[in-house]
Amino acid sequence: MIKRVHFNVSALPYILVAPQVAITIIFFIWPATQALYQSFLVEDAFGLSTEFVWFDNYKELMNDPYYLGAFKTTVIFSILVAGLSMGVSLILAAMADRVIKGATTYRTLLIWPYAVAPAIAGALWVFIFDPTLGIITYIFNFLGYSWNHKLNGDQAMLLVVIAAAWKQISYNFLFFLAGMQAIPKSLIEAAAIDGAGPTKRFWTIIFPLISPTTFFLLVINIVYAFFETFGIIHAVTQGGPANSTQILVYKVFNDGFVGLDLGGSAAQSVILMVIVIILTAVQFRYVEKKVAY
Amino acid sequence: MIENRPLTTFFSHLVLLCGVLVVAFPLWVTFVASTHDAVRMTQVPLPLLPGNQFLVNLKLVLFSGLEGSGSPPVGIMLFNSLIMAILIAVGKISISLLSAFAIVYFRFPFRIAFFWMIFVTLMLPVEVRILPTFAVVANLNMLDTYWGLSIPLIASATATFMFRQVFLTIPDELLEAARIDGASPLRFFKDILLPMSRTNIAALFVILFIYGWNQYLWPLLITTDRDMYTVVMGISQMLEAAEQAPDWHLIMMTALMAMLPPAIVVLIMQKLFVKGLTETEK
Amino acid sequence: MFKSTFMAISAFSCLATINVANAATEVQWWHAMGGANGDRVNKIAEDFNATQSDYKVVPVYKGNYTETMTAAVAAFRAKKQPHIVQVFEVGTATMMAAKGAVYPIEQLMKDVGEEFDSSDYLPAVVSYYTSPNGKLLSMPFNSSTPVLWYNKDAFKKAGVEAVPTTWKEMEEASRKLVANGSKCGFSFGWQSWVQIENFSAWHNMPTGSKDNGFSGLDTELTFNNKTVKRHIKNLGQWQKDGLFDYGGRRGDSLPKFTNGECAMWMNSSAYYGSIKEQAKFDFGQAMLPFYSDVVSKPQNSIIGGATLWTLKGHDQDDYKGVAKFMTYLSSPEVQAWWHQETGYVPITKAAYSLSQEQGFYESNPGTDTAIKQLSLNEPTLNSSGLRYGNFVQIRDIINEELEAVWNDSKSADDAMDTAVERGNKLLRKFEKANK
Repeated sequence: MIKRVHFNVSALPYILVAPQVAITIIFFIWPATQALYQSFLVEDAFGLSTEFVWFDNYKELMNDPYYLGAFKTTVIFSILVAGLSMGVSLILAAMADRVIKGATTYRTLLIWPYAVAPAIAGALWVFIFDPTLGIITYIFNFLGYSWNHKLNGDQAMLLVVIAAAWKQISYNFLFFLAGMQAIPKSLIEAAAIDGAGPTKRFWTIIFPLISPTTFFLLVINIVYAFFETFGIIHAVTQGGPANSTQILVYKVFNDGFVGLDLGGSAAQSVILMVIVIILTAVQFRYVEKKVAY
Repeated sequence: MIENRPLTTFFSHLVLLCGVLVVAFPLWVTFVASTHDAVRMTQVPLPLLPGNQFLVNLKLVLFSGLEGSGSPPVGIMLFNSLIMAILIAVGKISISLLSAFAIVYFRFPFRIAFFWMIFVTLMLPVEVRILPTFAVVANLNMLDTYWGLSIPLIASATATFMFRQVFLTIPDELLEAARIDGASPLRFFKDILLPMSRTNIAALFVILFIYGWNQYLWPLLITTDRDMYTVVMGISQMLEAAEQAPDWHLIMMTALMAMLPPAIVVLIMQKLFVKGLTETEK
Repeated sequence: MFKSTFMAISAFSCLATINVANAATEVQWWHAMGGANGDRVNKIAEDFNATQSDYKVVPVYKGNYTETMTAAVAAFRAKKQPHIVQVFEVGTATMMAAKGAVYPIEQLMKDVGEEFDSSDYLPAVVSYYTSPNGKLLSMPFNSSTPVLWYNKDAFKKAGVEAVPTTWKEMEEASRKLVANGSKCGFSFGWQSWVQIENFSAWHNMPTGSKDNGFSGLDTELTFNNKTVKRHIKNLGQWQKDGLFDYGGRRGDSLPKFTNGECAMWMNSSAYYGSIKEQAKFDFGQAMLPFYSDVVSKPQNSIIGGATLWTLKGHDQDDYKGVAKFMTYLSSPEVQAWWHQETGYVPITKAAYSLSQEQGFYESNPGTDTAIKQLSLNEPTLNSSGLRYGNFVQIRDIINEELEAVWNDSKSADDAMDTAVERGNKLLRKFEKANK
């Protein structure tokens, strides 16, 4: 947690942490506290009449099958996003690790979706899969498969998963490739001399050795799917059809920002915040351990 | 090369090429859409090859098209996005370097309290606490300013977290040596820590620049002055036009322009970005 | 050096601001008009500003309807509210309940001594926004109503001779179209508005108690009645049969119509501009179909779109500017121009007759369908509009439940009962929050 050797006590450390602490208090802790307070209130949109209702908002959430459904949707969505984006990047990284010549070029060609705004990424995929205009839809129709993600919940889920995973492939690819390139070549050579083919080498040597990277990426991807895909859902499905892509973060936004149900939305934020703190603690533990060796 | 298997190598290239094509497909579609006119973009099947309207659309978007739909020319929006992204990146890196330095290298009362206060902000996205945050910014009279656009988004610990990891891996001997030489803490920070975390700073700059550039809801909420609009906001405005069909050719042209600057940043800083990222794992 | 330049610049910009402030009082107008209509909003403001020099209306785009409304609410809570904000019709109950926040337009006009006569306005338009004691609360701006858009070429090809006026004819026409190679018969957008709210008004049935919410916050939804259920069940069946094809909650299904996939489309009359630009066929608009065994003739349809609400908390002098602008906005010339350009209905009788005089409806046949449909009969309590709290969320619920019917995961009966039950919970919540 702290260096064994350190500087003596003075005013300096306080001055150093001051800017961040000030910004955190003003722009995070204070609004978060207000959200906490608001979660105990029933209020009209303009804040003209306010009633303190203790835990009513929470009770209501816990009795709302649609809120509990959003939990389930979020978990499914996160697993699918993490699975798809990590799977694709793992294959691509394994291939790039093999080819040596051109690996950097491939990296350059694969890295850029990282830079695309979720709102824009969503718009692009909506356009490609539009039930009438979409290019992919056209190809599907040609093949005799009908695509309408506005109607079909599974297709809608698939579309948001693709859009979310697409943005994350580059990030995962970078880490997998770096992890693979860090494996001593002598290990692989030794296995090759023993007669192990590329596939076998991958599963017996490379994959086990990059497992810390895999675990790290798993955490990152799940966090990403949980909290950072808001813009994609917003642009692609707005949670529909029939709630099939309603994830927790989007519901907080939709109830609070769109529906102006400030109390209920604040209660959801508080629940999310608790989840965040738990996830942070888990991730922290893990990273701490890693740094130890 | 460990062994020579031309067939497997060919297969690897094939898979990679497929990967690149799939990943790049949306970009191609965007480009193609930006080279056709409005009517062509509403007729099935949509074109897969570029048309001849690229320059016309570019001119429209740059000088008049967006002006017509109530937002300033793309140039101003790009400039605002740039300022916002740079302020967020530089601001967050600066405050995080300082606070990580204090937390790792000093032992002082309330260190743990500060530590947790900062780290609890780690993941909660702005969208979730957006209304109370808006109230704070409004009360501080920061609506319609670059400060209002950027500072609230700086309140997150990811960068502090990363620098803390970096500093923890720097050998203690360096500090001991510095102290024997009589170096002050700030001198140690400047001469040793900063140079040693150069790649991490670069990687973070890329991440934060993109984060700032891609903000949508926050700028929408706090700007009322057309001259403060950002480009990602501008695109959504074109998508959301009430009771009208979206003008895909212009949307895609603007999207192309909005994607370009952050993509260039990623590509130019690619080496440092990758190195800084993967060496500390975030 | 840098510092002094900076100071010079700030001093200069300060002076510049003061100059502007002396020249005209600013009136902030937050709106949700993106795209080409955003352009028109700017033109209206600019033209108004050019007519006088005391006030300067500044239009500010704040995102889509919900984003604009939330931005105004957030701004009000932080005491930074605009003078005028454009709110869509489903936000009416929320705005109306906020008595301390909104400045009713008729009251405002009276307070500043601006001439105003609510009988100049079309009853079907103003009834939606009138308080129980007959006072207009907000200024109608962009109002439209759903109509039936149809593809004349496809009709001819499939041998459909008359435009359907009843749902039975809709079904028959759709069958003919599909048999002749159309991908579907019809589609629609804004489904709660078109197939439940307007459907009920058109058949002179309430969607809720207490006069559709007009006369009390203790209203309850009642649209899970036999007729609505039967209609939704039919639509669900037609989706299965391929006569109807769902394409999204808002206007997303427009390409289905303009590309000739579905020869009929029910949605706002305000899509006129987009359809005219995109359709490569002869098209027309007609009144909505009805069930001839439920009513012998349809009542009138209700409007959608948005009105301009004035918010409290500014100098009384500012409101003079607001009043002047509202008068300008509802002048026959401005209204007729707006109506003809956008496809929204004119809000005053004078603008309607001006458009008639100008020969607009003769050179653009069908464009008066919306206004005729709105004023088909004197609005009843069932067809004046609706006023439910939390209605943005209730519409979302209706969307969700209807989608479950379209994709065959719920029966129409279940879906409507659940929608009403979930909606009523939100109504009770709204009642509680606005005691």
